[in-house]
Amino acid sequence: MPVLEVKNICKQFGKNTPVLQGVDFSLARGETVAIIGSSGSGKTTLLRCLNFLTAPDDGRIIVNGETLFDASSPDTQREREIRKKRLHFGLVFQNFNLFPQYTALQNVMLASELLAKERPDYKQNRKEVLGQLRARAENLLRQVGLGEKMSLYPHQLSGGQQQRVAIARALALSPDVLCFDEPTSALDPELTGEVLKVIRGLREQHMTMIVVTHEMAFARDVADRVIFMDGGVIVEQGPARQVIEAPQEARTRRFLSSYAGI
Amino acid sequence: MAQWLLEMRDEFIKCFITKDRWKYIVGGLGNTLKIALVAVLMGIVIGSVVAVIRATHDKTIERMRPGLGKVLLQIGDFICRVYLTVIRGTPVMIQIMIMFFVIFSNARDGVPVAMLTFGINSGAYVAEIIRGGIMSVDPGQTEAGRSLGFGYVATMFYIVIPQALKSVLPALANEFIVLIKETAVACYVAVNDLTKGGEIIRSQTYSQAMPLFIVAAIYLLLVVFFSWLVGKLERRLRSSDH
Repeated sequence: MPVLEVKNICKQFGKNTPVLQGVDFSLARGETVAIIGSSGSGKTTLLRCLNFLTAPDDGRIIVNGETLFDASSPDTQREREIRKKRLHFGLVFQNFNLFPQYTALQNVMLASELLAKERPDYKQNRKEVLGQLRARAENLLRQVGLGEKMSLYPHQLSGGQQQRVAIARALALSPDVLCFDEPTSALDPELTGEVLKVIRGLREQHMTMIVVTHEMAFARDVADRVIFMDGGVIVEQGPARQVIEAPQEARTRRFLSSYAGI
Repeated sequence: MAQWLLEMRDEFIKCFITKDRWKYIVGGLGNTLKIALVAVLMGIVIGSVVAVIRATHDKTIERMRPGLGKVLLQIGDFICRVYLTVIRGTPVMIQIMIMFFVIFSNARDGVPVAMLTFGINSGAYVAEIIRGGIMSVDPGQTEAGRSLGFGYVATMFYIVIPQALKSVLPALANEFIVLIKETAVACYVAVNDLTKGGEIIRSQTYSQAMPLFIVAAIYLLLVVFFSWLVGKLERRLRSSDH
C-alpha cells in the first residue's frame, strides 16, 4: 500500500488563476521523489496543499489508506482534526522559518513539548517526558551534524546550519512523509552541499520524502523518481535518471535544456 | 543677584520644608508612578487581546468558512473597533471625569479609578502598536508553527506574540513615557498625584512659580530617565538581532 496517494488535486487563486489542475501521484514507503519544474508550475502550492497550509478546491489526500482530505466532504476539513493530520507530514521551508527567539534545541523540541502537554498524564511525569523529548531532539540535532550548536540561536548559525535545524525540527514529530520546498534555494552554493548531504542521509534511512528542487544533479542522483510539473499538471514522471537524462516529453526537454552540464 | 538667590531660598523653604510640605510631592510622585505602572501593564494586557482579535480578523476573515467562529470573530472585531474609536476619539480628561463622577461616583480613593481609566485608555493605543507588531511578523513563522501542528492560540502565544512584542518594545516604552505625563490630569478628580501635590502647596503658600517649576522638573527628570532606559533597551535588542 502506498504511504501517500494524491488524487486530482486542484487549486486556484482568486477566480481565474488556476495553479493546480488535477495532480495525481502516489508515493511508496521509503521512496524519495523529486519534483522539478519552472517557477509558477505549482510545485510549492502542491506541497502547501499536502501540509494543509492551503486547502485544495478539489481532490483527495490519502495517507496509509486513510482519507485525510476530501474536498467533497466537509467533515475532513475541521481545523481541530487538520491539526492532527498535519503531523503526517513534515515541511522544510525555503527560508527555514526557524523561530528566532528559541535556541536550536528549543526549535526542535517545542512542537513535541506542546503535544505532550495535551496528554492527561503530563503533569505527573513531567520531568521524565521532558527528558525523553530532550534526548530525542538532541539525537536529531546530532544526526544533522549540529551536536555542538544546540544552544545557539538561529541568528548565530549559518544558512546551511539553520536549514539543518529546520530539518531536525520537521523530523521531531516523526512524520510519515517529509516535504522539502526548495531547501537549498536560499543558500549560497558552498552551503548547499551540507544540506543535500543530510537529505541523502535520510534517504539511506528510508525516510519517505518529496523534494521540490532546482538541483537537477541532486534530483538525478538521490531521488528514486522525478516528477516534472508544468502549468499545474504533472507532465512527466519516471525513474530519476531516465526523466532527467532522457526525457520523453518535449516540455520536459525544453525545461531541462536550460540546465547546462547535467 | 545675591538678593534674588536669598529670596529663592526662602521661597523653597516655605514651599517644601515648612510643615514638611515635601511630603505632598513625594507622596504624589509615588501615586503618579503607581498609576502609570499599573496602567501600562493593564494597557498591555487589554492591548494584546484587542490586537490579537483585530489581527486575526484582518488576516483570516476572508479565508474563513461560514460558521459560528466567523460570526464570533466579526462581533469581537466590531466591539474592538468601537472601543478603539471611542477611547481614542475622546479626551482622557473627560474619560476620567466620567469614570470618577459617574461610574465610580462613590469611590473613596481615586487612585484605583485612575489606574483603571488610564489602563483602559492606554490599552487602545497599545492595541494598535501591538497589532502593527503582529502584522509585521513574517507569515512564514505562522506557517512553520501550523505545519508543526500548533493550534492558532499556541502559534500566537509561543511564536508570533514574542516576536511582535520584541519589535514593538521601544514603542511600548514610549507609550509608558507618554502615560507618565498624561496621568497629571488625574489631579482633577482629587487623586493625590504629583501635579496635585504641587497644587496643594500652591494653595497653602500662595506661591505659584516654585511649586510649578519643581513639579515640571520632576516630570522632566522622570521622562529623561525613562527615555534613557528605553534607548539602552533598544540598543540591547538591536545587538541581538541578526
